[in-house]
Amino acid sequence: MKIIVNGAELELGAATLAEALAALDYADAVVATALNGHFVATRARATTLLAEGDQIEIVAPRQGG
Amino acid sequence: MELYGVEIASRLLLGTAQYPSPAILADAVRASKADIVTVSLRRESGRLREGQDFWALIRALKLRVLPNTAGCHSVKEAVTTAQMAREIFATNWIKLEVIGEADTLQPDVFGLVEAARILSEDGFAVFPYMTEDLVVAERLVEAGCRVLMPWGAPIGSGKGLNNLFGLRALRAHFPDIPLVVDAGIGLPSHAAAAMELGYDAVLLNTAVAKAGDPVAMAQAFAGAVEAGRAAYLAGPMEARDMAAPSTPVLGRPVLAR
Repeated sequence: MKIIVNGAELELGAATLAEALAALDYADAVVATALNGHFVATRARATTLLAEGDQIEIVAPRQGG
Repeated sequence: MELYGVEIASRLLLGTAQYPSPAILADAVRASKADIVTVSLRRESGRLREGQDFWALIRALKLRVLPNTAGCHSVKEAVTTAQMAREIFATNWIKLEVIGEADTLQPDVFGLVEAARILSEDGFAVFPYMTEDLVVAERLVEAGCRVLMPWGAPIGSGKGLNNLFGLRALRAHFPDIPLVVDAGIGLPSHAAAAMELGYDAVLLNTAVAKAGDPVAMAQAFAGAVEAGRAAYLAGPMEARDMAAPSTPVLGRPVLAR
């Protein structure tokens, strides 16, 4: 299934957002997620189903002013 | 000073971007004596994991973080970013930026008020990055903001306080709301001037990060903010157009002949 992760199209065999994060090796990283522009809390990742063409944003803390 | 019920000792809030190295960032933050540092959220890269290292460095400083919504140009982007920030940084504080214009990075005050209302209703403590407009300030307070952060000048410009009249009017109009000059400060004298106006604090980043010696400049700003605050509390004299001799006139000897 084609999923767009942080702007890059990837082929992922993940059914849920939690599985996608695990497949991308983010399972233990401090990240927050959004699916198609909507925030998805950590606790909701396992029950958030993915569909072809979904856009995932994975963000982490960064320098800011 | 008290921000959303939290007592904060330092009146200098410092940004964490654009430093020459992580070590200099950490040293500059310590030299500034800031209790609050601003941070952001950006896409995490698959292999580099830049964000994880940065977060470890910030956590080691043991300070309060104020996440921003920098770069958001719409209410939806800002609200989603705030929600992600609340989870990741475990704080309901958010420096709300809704940018309206690319050259000046000035806030879209209409989107700002809307986003501030949505976030306040959702339990956020909103620190709005705003222009010094009185009516916008009124709307933000109505929307739930208990801190206001007017710009001094455009972000990163280092121009100082562009509209002294407007900033003074804002201070006079909101005597009980913590006011923070956010953006545009280039020199310690600008920070001192903001504090002398009675502002509660200043927030800056580039002026320290881009200085030749960021650690020394952080220290200079810490001194300026303290001096400006002390001057405000001491009650500055009224300015006047004409000279007034400070040495007594009475008793001056006549030596002209």
